Amino acid sequence: MTPTDFGSMLFVFVLATFIGLGVIRRVSRLLYTPLMSLTNAISAIAVVGSIVVTGADHPLAIRILGAVALFASMTNIVSGFLITDRMLKMFKKQ
Amino acid sequence: MHLIGELSAVLATALFIFALYWMNDPKTARRGVFAGVTGMAVAVLATWLQPEIVHHGWIFLAIIAGFAVGVPLSRVPLTAVPQRTALSHAFGGLAAGLVGAAEYFLWRGGSATAAMTPFRMSALAVEVILGFLTFTGSLMAAGKLQEVRWIPQRPVTYPGQNVVNIGVLAIAVGLGVAVVLHPGAPWAQQAFLGIAALALIFGVLLIIPIGGADMPTVISILNAYAGLSAVAMGFVLDSKLLVTAGALDGSSGLILSIIMCRAMNRSFTNVLFGAFGKAQPAHAAGEQKEWKQETVEGAAQLLEQARNVVIIPGYGMAVAQAQHKVRELYDALTKRGITVKFAIHPVAGRMPGHMNVLLAEANIPYSALVEMDEINPEMPQTDVALVLGANDVVNPAARYDKSTPIYGMPIIDADKAKTVLAVKRSKKPGFAGIDNELYVLDNTWMLFGDAKAVLSDLVKQFGSGGIH
Repeated sequence: MTPTDFGSMLFVFVLATFIGLGVIRRVSRLLYTPLMSLTNAISAIAVVGSIVVTGADHPLAIRILGAVALFASMTNIVSGFLITDRMLKMFKKQ
Repeated sequence: MHLIGELSAVLATALFIFALYWMNDPKTARRGVFAGVTGMAVAVLATWLQPEIVHHGWIFLAIIAGFAVGVPLSRVPLTAVPQRTALSHAFGGLAAGLVGAAEYFLWRGGSATAAMTPFRMSALAVEVILGFLTFTGSLMAAGKLQEVRWIPQRPVTYPGQNVVNIGVLAIAVGLGVAVVLHPGAPWAQQAFLGIAALALIFGVLLIIPIGGADMPTVISILNAYAGLSAVAMGFVLDSKLLVTAGALDGSSGLILSIIMCRAMNRSFTNVLFGAFGKAQPAHAAGEQKEWKQETVEGAAQLLEQARNVVIIPGYGMAVAQAQHKVRELYDALTKRGITVKFAIHPVAGRMPGHMNVLLAEANIPYSALVEMDEINPEMPQTDVALVLGANDVVNPAARYDKSTPIYGMPIIDADKAKTVLAVKRSKKPGFAGIDNELYVLDNTWMLFGDAKAVLSDLVKQFGSGGIH
């Protein structure tokens, strides 16, 4: 792995935050509850970190930590997307 | 292989941004969920297919366990959505904290793939502190919302609380700095565990002084923390995808926190360190005005004669699970040609948007749900304002009485309507000891009882021919 280039990582972070602020500001006020469950599911992208820690050839204790993290992220992904869709289905104009 | 990983990360990032973009309108919002799921599937598969992943069984098991818990969690009643949300922030924080700890011990054990630069170690310390404090803090918040017996509902305060809280956090940060400067020192491992333990304790301490009315703000702040812990994880793992997704979550939490704080006229620090609802000396009112009670028959008649009605729901509606009865009343009134709107205060309920979801569940069209700023100019022309389990958000004292904790909070102008009908559970003064003078105005009539029971009686009046 190449050494981490923190300059470009910070760059990505700042730009992503501005995109986030811009996009979230336009979200319908009706939908703040589903917005929260949706962003929660999206930030469970931490699952990719957990997969690497769990699945690579690491000592057992490390893999256990990883598996618990993977379980927690996966729970958020599954319940987050499902409940968001369940709530959004209920919003009808007429 | 590396190229596929990079491209899938870019694709997933774009899909996540689209997912949030489509949330700007209820008509396109479900497309957003689809985009989010697709992005997630791409990212997970691309990671799983990497050659360094060899223990597939473990991954399978953890994913199946995630489904086993996640599916039931997505089917909770909508009144329990605030607790579910807090719980998912807890899971997000836990994942970040555990992966951070695993990364540190991998490096100590000499099997890490990247060097421990000071910058990387700082990100690791931030990830562990934010992750673990979000974990216990959100668990406490979920417990309070679920009304778990051994978690105190009321704010718990003691002298010197803020000093203790800030002290615990300061020690954790101090240890973090020490570990960043000497990550390989013999004591660093213990110091690292100390950071994690202090962060876990700090999360609990942060939430115990917070009361129910502040939950919308607190849930939003915890949302931002969960996002930021994912960002820190991205820095540690050198993953732009994680940094971007975490930043999207973090900025969403930030915006919601700001909106909630504004809607209560409070600052972040005031919410976190102000212990709302504690020791408010019961407002010594000079002359105690009496409220006027109305019968269900009388209330039904008032509604029947109105041309337009504004219903103002609050947490009481959620507690009583009265949203379906609200729908029946809505139907009965609209059938008679009466215009019915719902006035939604940003902090009504226990999380942002809580009332909208409950009313949508009861099949009330979202075109009838009106934000506070849009409904207030219409209130003077409103014939009947029906206050349903809302209290602080309609208290006129917020406009002028500097001694109340809600002073300066924007409210729905229920008192300006021609007639006010207020449904209230009991005759006792409010939870925080704040008198609501809306209830004793000349044009206000009280209906005492559980919101659901009162509404069912009202609806019966319309159905059984009591009203013609």
